[in-house]
Amino acid sequence: MSTTLVDGPAAGVVGTRMLRREDPALLSGEARYVHDLVVPGALHMVVVRSPYAHARVLSVDVSAALASPGVVAAFSGAELAGEWFSPMPCAWPVTADMQSPSHLPVAVDEVCYVGDAVAAVVAASQAEAQDAAAAVAVAYEELPAAVDLEDAASDRVLAHSALASNRAYTWELVPDAAAVERAFAGAAVTVRERYVQQRLIPAAMEPRGVCVVPQPFGGEYVVYSATQIPHILRTMLGITAGVPEERIRVVAPSVGGGFGSKLDVYAEELLCLALARRLRKPVRWSEERSEAAQATIHGRGQVQEIELAADAEGRVAAVRVRLLADMGAYLQLVTPGVPLLGAFLYHGVYDVPAYAFTCTGVFTNKTPTDAYRGAGRPEATYAIERAIDALARKIGADPQEVRRRNFIRADKFPYSSPAGLVFDSGNYEAALDAALELIGYEELREAQARRRGEGATRLLGVGISSYVEMCGLAPSRVLASLNYVAGGWEAATVRMLPTGKVQVVTGASPHGQGHMTSWSMIVADKLGVSPEDVEVLHSDTAVSPLGLDTYGSRSLSVGGTAIALAADRLIDKARLLAAYRLEVAPEDLELSAGQFSVQGSPSSAIGLGTLAFEAFTAHDLPEGMEPNLEASATYDPTNFTFPFGTHVAVVEVDTETGKVDLVRYAAVDDCGNQINPLIVDGQVHGGIVQGVGQALFEEAVYDGEGNLLTTTFTDYLVPAASELPSFSLGRTVTPSPSNPMGVKGIGEAGTIAATPAVVNAVVDALSHLGVEEIAMPVTPERVWRSIGASAPGTGGGR
Amino acid sequence: MQVTVTVNGKTESHDVEARMLLVYYLREVLGLTGTNVGCDTTSCGACTVLLNGESVKSCTMLAAQADGEEITTIEGMASPDGVLHPIQEAFRQHHGLQCGFCTPGMVMAVASFLKEHPDPTEAEVREGLEGNLCRCTGYHNIVQATLAAARQGALAP
Repeated sequence: MSTTLVDGPAAGVVGTRMLRREDPALLSGEARYVHDLVVPGALHMVVVRSPYAHARVLSVDVSAALASPGVVAAFSGAELAGEWFSPMPCAWPVTADMQSPSHLPVAVDEVCYVGDAVAAVVAASQAEAQDAAAAVAVAYEELPAAVDLEDAASDRVLAHSALASNRAYTWELVPDAAAVERAFAGAAVTVRERYVQQRLIPAAMEPRGVCVVPQPFGGEYVVYSATQIPHILRTMLGITAGVPEERIRVVAPSVGGGFGSKLDVYAEELLCLALARRLRKPVRWSEERSEAAQATIHGRGQVQEIELAADAEGRVAAVRVRLLADMGAYLQLVTPGVPLLGAFLYHGVYDVPAYAFTCTGVFTNKTPTDAYRGAGRPEATYAIERAIDALARKIGADPQEVRRRNFIRADKFPYSSPAGLVFDSGNYEAALDAALELIGYEELREAQARRRGEGATRLLGVGISSYVEMCGLAPSRVLASLNYVAGGWEAATVRMLPTGKVQVVTGASPHGQGHMTSWSMIVADKLGVSPEDVEVLHSDTAVSPLGLDTYGSRSLSVGGTAIALAADRLIDKARLLAAYRLEVAPEDLELSAGQFSVQGSPSSAIGLGTLAFEAFTAHDLPEGMEPNLEASATYDPTNFTFPFGTHVAVVEVDTETGKVDLVRYAAVDDCGNQINPLIVDGQVHGGIVQGVGQALFEEAVYDGEGNLLTTTFTDYLVPAASELPSFSLGRTVTPSPSNPMGVKGIGEAGTIAATPAVVNAVVDALSHLGVEEIAMPVTPERVWRSIGASAPGTGGGR
Repeated sequence: MQVTVTVNGKTESHDVEARMLLVYYLREVLGLTGTNVGCDTTSCGACTVLLNGESVKSCTMLAAQADGEEITTIEGMASPDGVLHPIQEAFRQHHGLQCGFCTPGMVMAVASFLKEHPDPTEAEVREGLEGNLCRCTGYHNIVQATLAAARQGALAP
């Protein structure tokens, strides 16, 4: 595959920076999020939650709550236990012997994290429900809590009294153990690093919300939810609550961001459904922000040990990784699988012959973890990119040079990775070159040396991160080999209406990504219509019954491909009708800008709009042709896609205060062909800041008893505009050979690349003082102490 | 208690609970759901509206405190015929929004900021918007949109 440094020529709208069609509704306040829906007669649910990380539930008394004004019902976990036909779903039992504790939407005997539900109260208003919830009397017997991940792994304290060990599973990927041993035995240089991936709170700006409306006379349940996964949710709600799937319609209205946190099946969704069924009334729930910190999944939460075996020039011969992964208290939808999404990528962009990966999933008495933007891949990229810098320091080489020495060369694609994947296409050195040029790398190194020489107290650091990710989740057969219980395909339908307008039905479910814009661009070019004439229907299982939703940078490469294939099938049918009308052979027709014309006789032509009308009237169709122009496709990818790139962060570190300022940032990403570079830019910007957040600001902090201390935005520091620079973006274009549009995916790239770039930059600024590691988030205090610890007497902390 | 307030140029008068916050008055009594609630600690700014032309977080004042005042919400920014306000248009042109949840509050914060800083630097924009959180855009394009709106002389309505 060739790589180009600029956007390719755009024949139609694909490839242009078309403004988003979603924006006017969002900008004018007319968009409707779930909290905005007006549902007459809806009752408000409030969940009573455990204040203990681990406790036995001795009794739950709802009598005072029931006597409270406006209250319609109040239930303990025991009173609701009969509502559940199966436990809360986990779709990814990664090993045959994986342990999973009993997990019901409302706990019955034992609560296992602060925030675990113990009762639900339903009242006429939100305020009345809140007042009544405070009147629910729960008696607990506190139990010891397993809080720290490594301590929990020792089984000193058990997170669940019914389980004999906190170990959920151990999963290994060791293709050739002897080869790894040989590489380490023969290594001139080895690096052994330990990194902590702190827990993160996804913090989508819209908290979650649910409203379940039972239709009259035993009809269906309409479930409005702020979810990324209406289709998966429908199936799982049906299985868990025992409602026939076809009687559940899930609608995701405008959804205010997800980042993986809305890629789940939550207790509150099941509760609203069960209570609506029981009370025969609409029941709604709106999450509060401090509630979200505990009741919505967390991300990351790993202790990583990574070892590199290298020769004297820093060529890496083997990578060996051991992980502890914090599951939290329960296994949510894909909790155990998150580390596996990184398991294949700990050698990063480097051509490493020998590879070994082991991960142990561990229960703790904390909020469950699950997929958060990047899911496993940011952790992997962090470990290898930090370790490569450690290797560079050890051999005294420039980190960009060590990367170059190890890159998988462009002529080696498709590349069979040591972990067993086939990387589709790549040109890692081109992206590195472009990023270094964009940031002005040589000048920065000179400035850095100058400041050090002058004894400046504001030091300069430059951090590089070269990444590759596996996206486009996912080939169904590969998911089968990983024990995931569903497939990875996506479905689409394209239909032309009698007036020549187009409807696209997609199984992808956007929550900020601009699918309506991108999907209409793809179809507009295929059918020769304006994007404004393409209506995109999504996120409602009644209009889009088939789909696997939006996560894992899959929507374009899988869902977009399904749309392109469906459009091609529609064109195939239209071609037969055009040939019939023009009295020529179908293969003599060419399609351009929505017009079929006869090759060599351009005056003989017929447009798709005319054909759509004729297919609709069906007055004169070829024998056997069905009316209407409509086609569907379900696309199961044959491989993942592998976007890549290099990001460079520049920081200033104040040695007297420890304060880190991110002053410049350059990102060169390669996501294959781009449908809309404007949207790609936005995804990169936002991704970078979530990665920067992990590096510098964000951490879900627990005390020793398992209380979450960071439940508000005053404690949990989502980055603000004032803490960030503007970004310099560049792009290389190496199309994917895995799908017809040559696209890869961009939703997670920024987050994956940014965290190690920033931390590498901070360590780089201080490396001459002997600083090699600072735990994330890299706070001023940690920086200041690391300076003092590494170089006593240089003015830093102790 | 009785509250009379001018919202988007229209006089409204309602009997509300004394404890009702302005944001819930706007959302639930007036049905103006463009103003969002994103946190419970006055941190995120999703609920930002204009009070007599100046930005306030409507989750942090009572409806009663707005009695006799003028409020502008996101629904009052576009012209009656649907033409977006120059700040809204700048957000669109510069892809200053993704999921859109912070956007109404962000637009209102920009309107107030530009009134005080008609010709801001990038650093001033970043400082001026630090009370409004966005999790999607990384702020880059919000800053670009604000600077572009300033260049066009887009003042508050």
